[in-house]
Amino acid sequence: MQSLGTRRVYHQNDAVSTLPLYRSAPPLEVRLEDFEAFAVDRLRVLKAISDGLSRGKKPEEMEKLVEELWKTHMKQPKLSEAGNKDVISHFVLRLVYCRTEDLRKWFLSMETMLFRYRFKLQSPEAQRALMADLDLPYKAVNTAEFESVKDKVSQVARSIVQPPPTEDAKFYKVPFEEVPELVASRRVYIHQGNAYVAMNQVVSLVVTQFRSFLSKALILTNRKWTSSIKEQEKDRLTPIVEELSTSYLGPDYSQPRESAEISLKDIDHLAKSSFPLCMRHLYEKLKEDHHLKHGGRMQLGLFLKGVGLNLDDALAFWRAEFSQKVGAERFDKEYAYNIRHNYGREGKRTDYTPFSCQKVISSTPGVGDHHGCPFRHFSEENLRAALGRMGVGNRGMDDIIDKVRNRHYQVACTLTFEAVHGSTCDAGINHPNQYFIDSQKVLQSKLLEYMSIKDAEETIILLANISNCEPAHHVKQKNF
Amino acid sequence: MNPGEAENCREDMEIDGNGPEMPAQRHVDIMPDGFNANYLKAYYGKVFPHSDIFKWMCYGHDGKHPGCDPTYLSRREFSFTLDNDIYLRFQSYTSAYELESSIKEKCPFKIDIGPVYSVNPAKRHAYAQTGDNVFTPVERELIFDIDITDYDDVRFCCSGADICLDCWPLMTVAIKVIDTALRDDFGFIHILWAYSGRRGVHCWVCDAKARRLSNEQRASIADYFRVYKGNENSNKKVSLVGPVLHPFLARSYTDVLRDFFEGKMLLSQNILSTEEKYEKILDMIPDESVAAELRGKWQEMRKAYGSKDDINVVRWEQLKSLLCSAKLKHIQGLRRCIEEIIFSFTYPRLDMEVSKHMNHLLKAPFCVHPKTGRVCVPIDPNNCEEFDPTAVPTLSQLLQELNMSGSRADMDDELDRTSLGRAVRYFRSSFLQPLLRSCKEEIESAYNSRLQQSKNNLSW
Ligand code: SF4
Ligand SMILES: [Zn+2]
Repeated sequence: MQSLGTRRVYHQNDAVSTLPLYRSAPPLEVRLEDFEAFAVDRLRVLKAISDGLSRGKKPEEMEKLVEELWKTHMKQPKLSEAGNKDVISHFVLRLVYCRTEDLRKWFLSMETMLFRYRFKLQSPEAQRALMADLDLPYKAVNTAEFESVKDKVSQVARSIVQPPPTEDAKFYKVPFEEVPELVASRRVYIHQGNAYVAMNQVVSLVVTQFRSFLSKALILTNRKWTSSIKEQEKDRLTPIVEELSTSYLGPDYSQPRESAEISLKDIDHLAKSSFPLCMRHLYEKLKEDHHLKHGGRMQLGLFLKGVGLNLDDALAFWRAEFSQKVGAERFDKEYAYNIRHNYGREGKRTDYTPFSCQKVISSTPGVGDHHGCPFRHFSEENLRAALGRMGVGNRGMDDIIDKVRNRHYQVACTLTFEAVHGSTCDAGINHPNQYFIDSQKVLQSKLLEYMSIKDAEETIILLANISNCEPAHHVKQKNF
Repeated sequence: MNPGEAENCREDMEIDGNGPEMPAQRHVDIMPDGFNANYLKAYYGKVFPHSDIFKWMCYGHDGKHPGCDPTYLSRREFSFTLDNDIYLRFQSYTSAYELESSIKEKCPFKIDIGPVYSVNPAKRHAYAQTGDNVFTPVERELIFDIDITDYDDVRFCCSGADICLDCWPLMTVAIKVIDTALRDDFGFIHILWAYSGRRGVHCWVCDAKARRLSNEQRASIADYFRVYKGNENSNKKVSLVGPVLHPFLARSYTDVLRDFFEGKMLLSQNILSTEEKYEKILDMIPDESVAAELRGKWQEMRKAYGSKDDINVVRWEQLKSLLCSAKLKHIQGLRRCIEEIIFSFTYPRLDMEVSKHMNHLLKAPFCVHPKTGRVCVPIDPNNCEEFDPTAVPTLSQLLQELNMSGSRADMDDELDRTSLGRAVRYFRSSFLQPLLRSCKEEIESAYNSRLQQSKNNLSW
C-alpha cells in the first residue's frame, strides 16, 4: 500500500480508462454553483447504492444499478466535463464526509462500492491500465508455477461453478490478507499464505487497494480540514460545510439492521432528534437513574440494536450508566450477560428482534418500570409534559391527546412524528425502529433540499487548494 | 467490554457453584480431588510456568536487543477472575517479576489473555482524557475456540459440559482439519493448541502476521472455515454447493472426515442403530422417495436382523450404494448428500465470534479449570489422537506428586517432579523456542533496516 502513487504526485488519467483513482484533486477551477450541484448528484448515486444494498440486491443487480445511476446523475455532454464532474464531486464530498468517524465510514464504503462496479464495467485493457496505475506489486504467475497449481486452481473454479482457466489465463499470486472477500467465500486457491487470484477476480484486489488508500486520504483530509481549510475558507466554504453538518446527521440509517451502525457518541444526539417517545423516555430515565429494570433494558436494548448499535458499543453504553449506580463489577457479573443475550451471544444464541409498537403497547409495566408506550401508559398530565419537551406545540398537542383518549396510540404517535418533524408520515407508525428510520429519512432529505436550493454564487474555488490530500504525497515530502 | 466475555461469563458462573472447602490439616496422601484456593496458591507458587508465559507474551521484546519495544508487554491486557467472584480486566505488567507476583498474590481462578493495545490498558483512562481516541487493540493472536457442547446434536454419549472418550475424538478431528489448513493454506507456523480444561480446545496462532491481522482479515479466515449455513429449524446444517469441493474441503474430507466418520463415529455413536437416530440422516436426503426406500429397508431389517456385521455399517453401506446408484443419477444432489452427512457430523464447529475480533479474551494455557481441576495443557497436533482429556493432570494430583517427592531436596526443578513436566517441556521445545527464534530474527531485521534508513538519511 505504501507503493501507491509514489511515482506520480499529480496523476493524470490514462486516456483508456474513464475511472479515476482520485489520488489528488486536479487543479481545476470550480464555480461554487457546480461545487454544490455536482456534490448533490454524486450523493444521489451513493444514497441509491446504499439503498440497493440494504434491500439485499445481488451483485449482478448492483452492477446494473450502478451503471444506470451513473448515466442518470453523472453524465455530461462532453466526456472531459463528465470526468471533471466525477473528480470534483468526489473531492467535495470527501470534504463534507471527512469530518466524523461515522461519515467517513459511510462515504468510504459507498465510494468503494461505486468504484467496484465501475471497475467491472471497464474494458480489460482499461482494467489492466488501472492496475498498473495502482502500482500493485503483484506479478502474474509464470507458466512453470501455473503448471504446479493448475489442478487446484481449476478445482476452485469448478467449485464455484466457473469455467476452468484456459492455458493462457493470467493469475496473480498475492498474500491472502489482500483479498479477504475471496478468502471468506473460498473463491481462491490458497497455498502457504498466498492466494491465486484470477484475472476476473482482480477487482477484489483493486478494490482493497482503493479502499485502503481512500481511508487514509479521508483521515488526512479531516486533519487538513481542522488545521487549515476551516480557517482559510471561513467566509466561503466553511459555512456551507458546517451548515451541512448540522442538518445532516450521518450515514444512511434506512438499513434497519446489520449494515448500518451508529456509534456511542451519536446516541445522545439521535435520542433527541429521532427516537420515538417510548425510547426517548427510557433513554432519559437511564441517564437520570443510571438504572432500568429488566423490561426497560429489553425494550431499549433491542431498539438500540435495531438502530445499529453493535454489541461492543451496547455493552460500553450500558456499563457507562449502570456502573455509576451498581459499580462496573456488578454490571459485568449481573447485567452484561443480559445484553449479550439480546445480541444472541449467550444462552440459546438466538437473535432477538426489536419490539414492535403492538408489543410495546400491550406490555404491562409495573412499579418502578419505565418501559411500555407513553401514549398508553402515561397519565395525561405526564404525557402532555413529555410531548412538550419533544417540541410539540399547543395545537398539535390537543389533536394527539384526542387520539389517545380514543385509544389510538399509534395514530397519536404518528401525529407526534409529524408535529416534531414538520412533515407527513403516510404509512403511520408501527414500529419504534421504523419511527427512527423515517425520522432519519426526513432529516436527510432536508439536507438534500438544502443543498440543491442553495443559491448559486458567482464564486470561483480552486478545488485543488482545499482538498488535495494524498498520503503518498506527504510521505514523499518528508523524505526531501 | 467485548463479545469475548460470553465465554468468560459462562465460566464465571460455574465458579459460583464451587464452594471452597478448607480442610484444616490433612495428611498429604489423602488430598481430596477437585479444586480450591489453597491448592491453587500452591500451584501458582510451585508449578505454574510463569517465566514461559512471560517469554511468550514478550514475543522477543525482552530488552536484550536494542531493537526491542520496551512497552510491548505493558500494552498487553491480562484479566483475572478471582475466587470471590471479582473480575479484574485491563491488568498490565511491565516485567516478569510483576506478572509473577501479581498472579501469586491475587491467585486468580482464571487468567485471560487479551490483545496488545496501542497504550497500556491499565492507563487507558489517562489517555482517554487527552481527547484522542487512541486506546485500540493493535495486535492479537489469531484464536479459535472449539467447544464440544456445540456438537450436542451429533453425539449421543454425553451432552452439555460432559465429555468421554467416545465424543472427544470430534475435537481431535477439529484440530487436524484446522491445524493443517492454518499451516498449508495460510502458511502459519507458530501454532499452539491447548485443552480448555473441560470440554473443548483453544488454538493460538502466534506468527507475527497472524497477530497483525485486521478484524476483516480474521473474519475472512473464520468464514473460510465455515460450512454451516442452516439454522435450528432446518434439517440440513451443511450446504455444499458446486460440482466439486474447494481443495481445502476436499482435502479435509478425504484425509480426515470420511475415515473418521466411517471408521469410528458410525460405530462409537451408533449413528444408524435406532429409528430415532437414522431418521435424522434420512431427513438430510433431498429426495423423499429415496429416503422412503431406505426407511423401508431398515424397518424390515430390524425385524430380521441376525447378521454379525454391525448394523450401523450395514445401513451406511446401503445408503451409500443407493445414493450412488446409476438408476438415481438423474436426481440432483444425491451423491453430494453423502458428503453433506459426513460434514454435518464431523466437520469442526468453531465459535466464529471468538476468531473474528481482536479484542476477544481467551483463557491462558496452564490455567486450572475451576470445575474439573484440570490444567489447560498444550496439545500436540501431530499426536492429537493420543491426547486423553480424562488423563490430564489435575490440581490435586500435581500437589500430591509434589508432596510425595517433597523430601528429595536435590531436585531443583519443582516442575519436573510432577506430571505437568512433560506438558511444559512440549510447550517450550515445540512452541516457545521456535517462536522466540523467529521473533528475534524479525526484531533484528527491522532494527537493521531502520539503521540502514537513518544512515541513508544522514548521507543526504
Ligand atoms: S406508538 Fe410505538 S413508537 Fe410510538 S411511542 Fe408507542 S410504542 Fe413507541
Ligand atoms: Zn461422550
